[in-house]
Amino acid sequence: MPYIGSIVASDRFNINSQLEHLQTKYVGTGHADLHRFEWAVNIQRDSYASYVGHYPMLAYFAVAENESIGRERYNFMQKMLLPCGPPPEREDD
Amino acid sequence: MASLDSEIAKTQEEKKALEQQLASLTSVTYDKDLYGGNNRFEDYELSIPVNDEEENLDAMDSEVARKLASYTAPKSILKDMPRGTGEDLDEAGFKRPQRIVDREDDYRRRRLNRVISPDRHDAFAAGDKTPDVSVRTYQDVMQEELLKREKDDTLRAIAKKKKEEEERKAAGGEKESSGSVVAAAASQPSQKRRNRWDQSQEDNAAKKAKSDWDLPDSTPGIGRWDATPTPGRVVGDATPSLSRRNRWDETPTPGRLADSDATPSAGGVTPGATPAGMTWDATPKLAGLATPTPKRQRSRWDETPATMGSATPMAGATPAAAYTPGVTPVGGVELATPTPGAINLRGAITPEQYNLLRWEKDIEERNRPLTDEELDAMFPMEGYKILEPPPSYVPIRTPARKLLATPTPLGTPLYSIPEENRGQQFDVPKELPGGLPFMKPEDYQYFGALLNEEEEEELSPDEQKERKIMKLLLKVKNGTPPQRKTALRQLTDKARDLGAGPLFNRILPLLMQPTLEDQERHLLVKVIDRVLYKLDELVRPFVHKILVVIEPLLIDEDYYARVEGREIISNLSKAAGLATMIAAMRPDIDNIDEYVRNTTARAFSVVASALGIPALLPFLKAVCQSKKSWQARHTGIKIVQQIAILIGCAVLPHLRSLVEIIEHGLNDENQKVRTITALSLAALAEAAAPYGIESFDSVLKPLWKGIRSHRGKVLAAFLKAIGFIIPLMDAIYASYYTKEVMFILIREFQSPDEEMKKIVLKVVKQCVSTEGVEADYIRSDILPDFFKNFWVRRMALDRRNYRQLVETTVEIANKVGVADIVGRIVEDLKDESEPYRRMVMETIEKVVANLGASDIDARLEELLIDGILYAFQEQTSDDANVMLNGFGAVVNALGQRVKPYLPQICGTIKWRLNNKSAKVRQQAADLISRIAVVMKQCQEEQLMGHLGVVLYEYLGEEYPEVLGSILGALKAIVNVIGMTKMTPPIKDLLPRLTPILKNRHEKVQENCIDLVGRIADRGAEFVPAREWMRICFELLEMLKAHKKGIRRATVNTFGYIAKAIGPQDVLATLLNNLKVQERQNRVCTTVAIAIVAETCSPFTVLPALMNEYRVPELNVQNGVLKSLSFLFEYIGEMGKDYIYAVTPLLEDALMDRDLVHRQTAASAVKHMALGVAGLGCEDALIHLLNYVWPNIFETSPHVINAVMEAIEGMRVALGAAVVLNYCLQGLFHPARKVREVYWKIYNSLYIGAQDALVAAYPVLEDEESNIFSRPELTMFI
Repeated sequence: MPYIGSIVASDRFNINSQLEHLQTKYVGTGHADLHRFEWAVNIQRDSYASYVGHYPMLAYFAVAENESIGRERYNFMQKMLLPCGPPPEREDD
Repeated sequence: MASLDSEIAKTQEEKKALEQQLASLTSVTYDKDLYGGNNRFEDYELSIPVNDEEENLDAMDSEVARKLASYTAPKSILKDMPRGTGEDLDEAGFKRPQRIVDREDDYRRRRLNRVISPDRHDAFAAGDKTPDVSVRTYQDVMQEELLKREKDDTLRAIAKKKKEEEERKAAGGEKESSGSVVAAAASQPSQKRRNRWDQSQEDNAAKKAKSDWDLPDSTPGIGRWDATPTPGRVVGDATPSLSRRNRWDETPTPGRLADSDATPSAGGVTPGATPAGMTWDATPKLAGLATPTPKRQRSRWDETPATMGSATPMAGATPAAAYTPGVTPVGGVELATPTPGAINLRGAITPEQYNLLRWEKDIEERNRPLTDEELDAMFPMEGYKILEPPPSYVPIRTPARKLLATPTPLGTPLYSIPEENRGQQFDVPKELPGGLPFMKPEDYQYFGALLNEEEEEELSPDEQKERKIMKLLLKVKNGTPPQRKTALRQLTDKARDLGAGPLFNRILPLLMQPTLEDQERHLLVKVIDRVLYKLDELVRPFVHKILVVIEPLLIDEDYYARVEGREIISNLSKAAGLATMIAAMRPDIDNIDEYVRNTTARAFSVVASALGIPALLPFLKAVCQSKKSWQARHTGIKIVQQIAILIGCAVLPHLRSLVEIIEHGLNDENQKVRTITALSLAALAEAAAPYGIESFDSVLKPLWKGIRSHRGKVLAAFLKAIGFIIPLMDAIYASYYTKEVMFILIREFQSPDEEMKKIVLKVVKQCVSTEGVEADYIRSDILPDFFKNFWVRRMALDRRNYRQLVETTVEIANKVGVADIVGRIVEDLKDESEPYRRMVMETIEKVVANLGASDIDARLEELLIDGILYAFQEQTSDDANVMLNGFGAVVNALGQRVKPYLPQICGTIKWRLNNKSAKVRQQAADLISRIAVVMKQCQEEQLMGHLGVVLYEYLGEEYPEVLGSILGALKAIVNVIGMTKMTPPIKDLLPRLTPILKNRHEKVQENCIDLVGRIADRGAEFVPAREWMRICFELLEMLKAHKKGIRRATVNTFGYIAKAIGPQDVLATLLNNLKVQERQNRVCTTVAIAIVAETCSPFTVLPALMNEYRVPELNVQNGVLKSLSFLFEYIGEMGKDYIYAVTPLLEDALMDRDLVHRQTAASAVKHMALGVAGLGCEDALIHLLNYVWPNIFETSPHVINAVMEAIEGMRVALGAAVVLNYCLQGLFHPARKVREVYWKIYNSLYIGAQDALVAAYPVLEDEESNIFSRPELTMFI
């Protein structure tokens, strides 16, 4: 769960003042208690989204992998589901 | 405050009187502009608008917008800039807390008559179970309504019959002998009285049609959701007799609550209801009771379910827990000064009050009604007969009223030594336990329980809950902002634990409190909103209660209250669902009270917009076709109207079905229904414009047929509908239908009725502006009658008529051209009525400004100028701008053709510049600035020079308003004839202006600085440098001006002066100024330095500025940094040449111990980075980032903000990847404090440039079951 801890006075003025809100609006943002795995998942998803979003990139990957562009796009989208595999067992919390 | 206001008013009055006296002594005619002449109320509104448009009389709007185009200092700096002392400001700026009832009219006050109904059955929650008998179901409510309605009908029938009988009797009596003259005389007054009360509905309606003509059933002044309603209007009521009740509501007396309890029976007559129009405090006259008038039985107590407990047959149905009389807010004690009765509830009692109370009790005891036993004991058994009391007799049992009455010592109460109560606290409100906010006297009623200092533990859980709610509510209502905030949050979070019932039972009565203030209401409404959100479907049983309280907001005159009300009802309907909403509101649709129906219709339209119109359509259809009562049909159609008004063009998809639902109403048997149908069609057509004509096909015929058969109010409504439908039509049809309606319109031109006139004007305007209507047709068929009937003096007297007429005439002029219209009215410029002249002038101004003056031939031109000069000279009233604008517009439109008249015009101006009245002088000066451009076009430079000299001589003017105008006129002349040709020469003019710069009047300041700036820009060389330096000092002060325009002009002028005389001298002065202690001054100076740097290029300023940084003084250094920050913000890309030069200075500042140094330096870095992004200065920027970065752990809000912004700037200039690399080191730092900061930076980086980060994320190694690597990025062709 997102960490909503001590919000310092300085945060009152900027976007971090509402971390919860921030998190719902920008899923990829992080917080001090973010696990390495979660961050990695965000990175992966952002990357795939970026590949899909930039057509030249997609075309480049298609050539490199000898696949159609549509197939590449489909693959990337599928990979966004569980980009890093199953989440690891949490020891504590 | 109030005393201050009254004092000012008094002083003004005195001054006025004195001046008037003086004026009358010195000359025969005194100036009416200044001293207030004849009829000052002629401009006041006498009626309300037809077209509900927001009336915007402020001509300044566009002017301000025009002037805002150019340069401004950054907001941060302007915000920093001190604006003098704020004390006088916040008095002027904020409204004082105001009670809502105080500004409400009678109609709106009727909200207090409504009663928060008991909880209702929630069919959804109960499922298939049969509802408990103690719960009110839909059926119960409907039955109640039916009963009320029947009772109302019966009473009305009785009243009618009685009246008929009386009349017959009276008629018969007259025929009889003269012996009964006395009797007739005696019956005369009573009949007269009866007229007020018992008039049958038709009579009343007819009478009303004269007095209060407005469209039926529309709430006073609020036809529109967003229009600000005009208060204080008489209410056009659907059931006229009901409006009579207003009188009882005007001054709710404390006795009310008691009364409603005291007269429980259905036929109960309150003593005050005697027809003689007595007030509560008057003793009821027995004579009034002798001739009981039935109508009075329709007193408020019967309408509202207030007495439900006893009046309705379902006495048992009242769940005692949910609805106790004590909760009833009606007649809540509205006491400006708490009477003992209210105080003794909980509060401390002063000795006097205590004595008074004791004494009251004594009197009460002696005067209590004698019981039957006592009477039996007193009187002999024989010789007396016990009579039945008359049916209408009700003993006065209004203890509160007795309390208020002046006590007369009837019997001498025996003296008793007052007991001393040491526990009493005199005059000091009792301190509340637990840090609760103070309680106002009127709050005791609701929060009194909090004062009992019982042990919390002794209370039952339910009581504890209640207490908790009360505490929280009190904090929300009266607490400080932090208290309020936490209380609100707690209420929201715990809403479900506290339970819907207890919450609403506490909140809603508070909202009905008569002494509520706007702010309090806002807060309580906010509570409801939050709680609603959390409770969701649990609110169902309370929907009607909430509506009773919230609906009045929908017709509030405050826009924000209306929005709030809509929001709540919208949320409510989303939470409760359509079925519940309909079940709750259905009974109110044909309520006998028009107020209830009106608010319900509005609430329904909100429900429709929240849940979608399609969902509501079937219901609406059923209601609009209701056979049971015309009220239901009326309300249903009104709902459609309100929907159209509320959602505007979003009705389009449902337009056809909405029109179909209401179309039969045009032929309804009831006149009110026909009227509202036409109005609804008008609203629909207005909302749908310019589309959707095909949906109206079915109503065209009845509408156009209707205008032939109807008269009066209904006709007006029909015409209004037609007026809105015609613009939707195709050109051919529009032309045909216009001709069809026109002869009716022309007939109605002569109508003496003001409202009809307004509607007719509006419809003419709408018809004329439609494409298909030809100019020839207008010219031949409309114009003659139009001018004959409308262009008369009387039309100018009513402001709304006036505006409507001007608008319509302008619209006609757009079709038929300038010459036709101006030619018809130009003679009237010499009319003897001034308001009429003004109306003519305004029309000419608008027409000419729209269409130009090329159509105007030589003859008309002569007449026009002649008329305008006459009207201009003869004006006496305060509203001078119309003449001025008209003059300006005509002269500008005529252009060079005005040359022959210029000498005459200038003569007039010169003459008026010398006038005794300040207003006249000001106007003359203003006129010069309007026509200066045209004078230049006419090559009248000599004349202008002459005027310049004249104006120059008047610079000693003492009225600031006039002085401002004179400066403005000089500015206009200088602008058009240039610096060199100006007379008086600039070198004489400017020194004369320097002292005027000290003037603190805004208008003077603004015009003066504009003029000085203009001279500095164009003709600086005409003035010695020393003079400019002097002006510089004056300007520094002006940087603090309140008005933004002045500050901006000052800033610009600084730049011009620096450019003219070289930056060195100015800069030296400014840098010296940095050493001043006063912060205001320093801030202004830093702005000025940056401006000089901007106008004279940075290299002229930077060396001196950086040198100044060496002064070992905080203020100076900070000033330098601040100037740098603004400088780099302003010069933008130019900064790339200077970034290396100032880097060492910034390095030093960023390492300084002083926080402010680092903060200001960081903001300088930010601006620098943003300015040079993409210009190849990355090396310097990375260097600076290395200095900025260690500051990320700062905690002071300003510093950390500046640092974060500097980093953001770096993201833009260096790219997200670089900053990410700085970030990575701390994202998983072992110390949470560090991680928090780094993640914060990461987040803003992510939000700013998420895509760019993809390429820069670190390479993560795969783990056993998880893939973290991104093989795609390593692909290579």
